[in-house]
Amino acid sequence: MNAVFRTNDLTKIYRTGEVEVRALNGVDIELFEGEMVVLLGPSGSGKSTFLNIVGGLDRPTSGTVHFKDQELTAYSERKLTLYRRDHVGFVFQFYNLIPSLTAWENVALVTEVARDPMTPDEALALVDLGDRMTHFPAQLSGGEQQRVAIARAIAKRPEVLLCDEPTGALDSKTGILVLEALMKINDDLGTTTAIITHNAGIQAIANRVVSFIDGKIAQVDVNETRIKPAEVVW
Amino acid sequence: MPMLDRKLLRDLLRLWAQSLAIALVMACGVATLILSVGTYRSLEETRTAFYDRYRFGTVFASATRAPQHLKSRIENISGVVSAELRIVRPVLIDVVGMAEPASGIAVSIPEYREPSVNRLYLRQGRLPEAGRRNEVAVLESFADAHGFRPGDTFEAIMNGRKRTLDIVGIVLSPEYIFALGPGDMVPDPRRYGVFYMSEEALAGLFDLDGAFNDVSVTTLRNADSRQIIDALDILLKPYGGIGAYDREDQISHSFLDAELDQLQAMSSIIPPIFLAVAAFLVNMILSRLIALEREQVGLLKALGYSNWAIGGHYAKLVIAIAVIGLVIGSAAGLWLGLSLTRLYAEFFAFPFLIFRQSLDLYLLAGGVTIAAALAGAGKAIWSTVRLPPAVAMSPPAPTNYRSFFFGNLQRIGLFSQLTVMAFRHLVRWPVRSFLTTLGTAMSVALLITSLFTYDSIDFMIDAIFFQADRQDATLTFTEDLAPSALFTVSALPAVLKAEPYRHTSVKLRNGHRELRMAIVGMPEDADLSRILDLNLEPMPAPSAGLVLAERVADKLRLRAGDFVEVELMEHNNRVVEIEIGALAQAPIGRPDTGGPATSGAISVAGLAQSYVGLTAYMRLEALDRLLRDGKRISGARIQIDGAQLPALYDKIKSTPAVASIALQGVSRVRFRETVERNITTSTAVYVTLAVIITFGVVYNSARIQLSERARELASLRVFGFTRAEVSSVLMVELAVIVLLAQPLGWLLGYGLSWSVVEGLATDLFRIPLVITPGTFAYSSFVVIAAAIVSALIVRRRVDRLDLIRVLKTRE
Repeated sequence: MNAVFRTNDLTKIYRTGEVEVRALNGVDIELFEGEMVVLLGPSGSGKSTFLNIVGGLDRPTSGTVHFKDQELTAYSERKLTLYRRDHVGFVFQFYNLIPSLTAWENVALVTEVARDPMTPDEALALVDLGDRMTHFPAQLSGGEQQRVAIARAIAKRPEVLLCDEPTGALDSKTGILVLEALMKINDDLGTTTAIITHNAGIQAIANRVVSFIDGKIAQVDVNETRIKPAEVVW
Repeated sequence: MPMLDRKLLRDLLRLWAQSLAIALVMACGVATLILSVGTYRSLEETRTAFYDRYRFGTVFASATRAPQHLKSRIENISGVVSAELRIVRPVLIDVVGMAEPASGIAVSIPEYREPSVNRLYLRQGRLPEAGRRNEVAVLESFADAHGFRPGDTFEAIMNGRKRTLDIVGIVLSPEYIFALGPGDMVPDPRRYGVFYMSEEALAGLFDLDGAFNDVSVTTLRNADSRQIIDALDILLKPYGGIGAYDREDQISHSFLDAELDQLQAMSSIIPPIFLAVAAFLVNMILSRLIALEREQVGLLKALGYSNWAIGGHYAKLVIAIAVIGLVIGSAAGLWLGLSLTRLYAEFFAFPFLIFRQSLDLYLLAGGVTIAAALAGAGKAIWSTVRLPPAVAMSPPAPTNYRSFFFGNLQRIGLFSQLTVMAFRHLVRWPVRSFLTTLGTAMSVALLITSLFTYDSIDFMIDAIFFQADRQDATLTFTEDLAPSALFTVSALPAVLKAEPYRHTSVKLRNGHRELRMAIVGMPEDADLSRILDLNLEPMPAPSAGLVLAERVADKLRLRAGDFVEVELMEHNNRVVEIEIGALAQAPIGRPDTGGPATSGAISVAGLAQSYVGLTAYMRLEALDRLLRDGKRISGARIQIDGAQLPALYDKIKSTPAVASIALQGVSRVRFRETVERNITTSTAVYVTLAVIITFGVVYNSARIQLSERARELASLRVFGFTRAEVSSVLMVELAVIVLLAQPLGWLLGYGLSWSVVEGLATDLFRIPLVITPGTFAYSSFVVIAAAIVSALIVRRRVDRLDLIRVLKTRE
């Protein structure tokens, strides 16, 4: 299998005032094409920082990230923008939809600038929201909002889909719907998918499970058999 | 439509109240510019067109009695295009039903042709026909004041004989846009009329057959009026000529000019202040508004939008607000400008109105507005766009507050925890707190600047009517008389007290600087009309030397103790040097002289009046010595027993030696009316705009504070604080800012008012800088009221904070 991401001694240190926080402390890992990875770990273990850096939202203090055969960490601001625009889809815990745009328009916001996007209708159909397209975020439930966010993330046909606590703000029923949507994308489009979660039950749907502790990878488990989202014990 | 543009439209709708408030602030800046500059330009253009189309003269002269055959020699003067010889004589007017005597002048018009200079615009009826000796056309202002229409009649005492005159037409003249009667500070068309008669009729009445006593000429555009004036003086000297003068010194023109100068000064001072203040406020508000968009910027970056695309998006939002402001401001400015121009045009009696639209104003207003808006938002956009998206999307790290001295105070229980929160917030962002304070102070300052003219005018009226010229009336003789005339005046019915004065037309010179004006001789013990020194204290005229109004001294670069060259225009242009004894106050144009002087040469008197703001005083005896023609008086200032006024009027109407009577009370009322009509209207407009700006600023500051602290406040609610307690955090902050802004605003307002006074000062007119405590208080009251209303609106929003949503999600 080809590696989509390869990180080498990835370190990130935050300084707020007089406090220094080592969010990542020498992370080496590869993520492969088409796989679904779940990132587990307690708060502050470095999962989100890792995701932000490989997603081009932030830069490491030291170490490198390779996206396919390119060194991401050497990218200029402009190239990072293009990288995010063309290759990466994000899903956030709090959806981060633009409140003044409808579901369809939120997706179109991305398809307008992407290189080879699907239509917003197709993307919304993939997450089973074909009938809620004209609703504003405030008129949608949390699960629906998150599925719009997923549709927005996948509409550009990204190579990787990075999800930071996508079900964190949802109840189990809607959480399952969201996971199903993610799994469907992963199966249908072969998008490499990384999911951060606090919910250990979710790890069973992944190909691999990466556990973070104190900015380091503590262990990597491979699931021989994956369960369906509906079977997740919440 | 691209999705970002849809977002833009919806953001505008979401922020409609704030956007509108910002747009209105901008609109006020734009409106002042377009309204005041537009009004000035329109009036200027209208005047120029009126002058051109009706061939207003450029050089004027008068004589006692000059032969008609001079016409060809006048027309042969190099640079002269055409000359119109006329008969112009002062008359007394008697209108049925009007107790007080009115005065006016009769002007001849040629028979069988239109005048080549100073043509008349016929409003109604027709011009007098040749051979019809009683037909007159009257100036519209006079006709309007008495409700005259063609077919009506009035009586006039001309050369001692009473005649009944038939009105056949109503006219306007470029020469009498301002028809100012002797002794008046502002035109009073009821008591002063100009009428036109056939030349033959006037010549017969005043024994001027084959002769003229007044000439107006038009000249080539680039002609040297000095040479023409000199040539005319040489030609007319043998016939009693007393100095030609050019248009600048023509009474109506110079008054109109002073008015337009003031409008122009107003338009060059007030709009920049408004525009600058609006720009500053918009700048401040937008930068904070954009800073609030931080998380959305982060998201757009995460989605792959470039910095330029995001920057462009917010720039568009800002420009959209600016354009809304521009459109509202342009429309309001246009409408107000048009109304104001009409008002002025009516006051000036222009026959038509050219309203000028100036593209450059819109471009300037648009440029300034958009630039200010972009500059304000630009820094915020740039600093937000520059953040790495992951950082932008997370809420800003907790601000590093410091305890300062509040930490200790609060421990001893002086302030509640909530008050400390408010103070820390203020102290933590000193620049922002200062700018908000400054913005609020600017609102106070704008109000003061708009309002202070009322104070100054009250002060002026007090200085003129109750300190300086305290007489009830001023009588002007048809010619200078022996001092015994004062006894005759004292013996008139109703007269309680009489003080003589003498005046003479002069040119004052210091090096190449020269001013035409009148010297007024005052008795040593003058009590009715007093000279006020620079501290507004009455001072007697010194036994020798000249007392100059401060403005005159300024213009001639003279100080007390200097010598000034004086050319006596009515005394063979003899030149003498006189020492300046002291400087005096002449806050505004004061009618120190009145009426026709020697040999009934009306235009000389007019000339003196056209510089009423420019005054010089001497002791009466000193002036007599200077003029070497014995003791003479030109008129008297009198105190009257009001009950016997009708008897006085009656007597004056039948006393040919009295050319006119000017009543101070009437002047005061007219002055106030005129001032209120002109200044009050524009001031009301400016005050309204200042109030809108004030509200826009204070409301926006409060709203933004709320957005910035929504999470914090919601948390307080969750902890169990009441709505009132939570609101108090914001209210304390707002109150501190608004209170600090008051003294600062007073200071700024004083400074801006000073610059307005400096800018408005003209040769004739100077507004004293007087700001009463009431104006300061009123300005503060308006701003504080706006703050309270804004606070209540924000308070309602605090009450409706959705606790769960604010805490759970980031907006």
